[in-house]
Amino acid sequence: MLSLHHYLILSGILFSIGAMGVLIRRNAIVIFMCVELMLNAVNLTFIAFSRYLGNIDGQIFVFFVMTVAAAEAAVGLALMIAFYKNRESIDVEDINLMKL
Amino acid sequence: MPEILFFSLVAGVAIISSILVVAMRNPINCALSLIMTFFCMATLYVMLDAPFMAATQVIVYAGAIMVLIVFVIMLLNMRTETSKNYVHGVLVSSIVAVLTLFVISGFLSKSPLTGATGDMTPELVTKVGHVELIGKAMFSQFLLPFEITSILLLVAIVGSVILAKRKL
Repeated sequence: MLSLHHYLILSGILFSIGAMGVLIRRNAIVIFMCVELMLNAVNLTFIAFSRYLGNIDGQIFVFFVMTVAAAEAAVGLALMIAFYKNRESIDVEDINLMKL
Repeated sequence: MPEILFFSLVAGVAIISSILVVAMRNPINCALSLIMTFFCMATLYVMLDAPFMAATQVIVYAGAIMVLIVFVIMLLNMRTETSKNYVHGVLVSSIVAVLTLFVISGFLSKSPLTGATGDMTPELVTKVGHVELIGKAMFSQFLLPFEITSILLLVAIVGSVILAKRKL
């Protein structure tokens, strides 16, 4: 029988893979995609709990997470374009303008 | 039993495609595997009796956000990452990932996973309809957060235009 544990373990695995990607990769857009993956893992947790506890509040929360992710995508990609115009690269190693 | 088989299939595809997001060299391949992961998530949402969330997942994530990301990847004309990843970076991140999993499974084995239960059952979802349930909650109990969200989106629009524009 499929239980809450299955969903939570899957969500934990996806979250760890996303966290690993954020730490390994150096391309800013790929790091950004890994953050989206982590947000999705959390969304899965919310919806699984909402289903197994019979409470719809978790699904409403997923809406707000999606909205924040969309806003984050717009602003983050605009930042990357602005950075690319300066440096011709979006490697995170090149983001050192504020370094002394 | 077929339910658990289907779940394992979808979960396996989700895990493999999310590993590909981290492992692929070309950003476009990463984006395409991420879209695959999003579709697997939408399938899981349908299995969790949340069809409207699945539709939103496909439309907002796989549709809007990923189109934006792919568009920017193509606009910036990035080359495939040629330099190798640092060995210590891979090592540290693997340790962090394993520790995260360890903590999560520790919590899962200790906690009874219960809490304040509500009145939403799968029967109610099929009888009343998921969209109606969501709408009722969203526009009565969660009206203020919903309005604040619109301010957030407005700020994001203004901010991204100001950031990306060369000269105002």
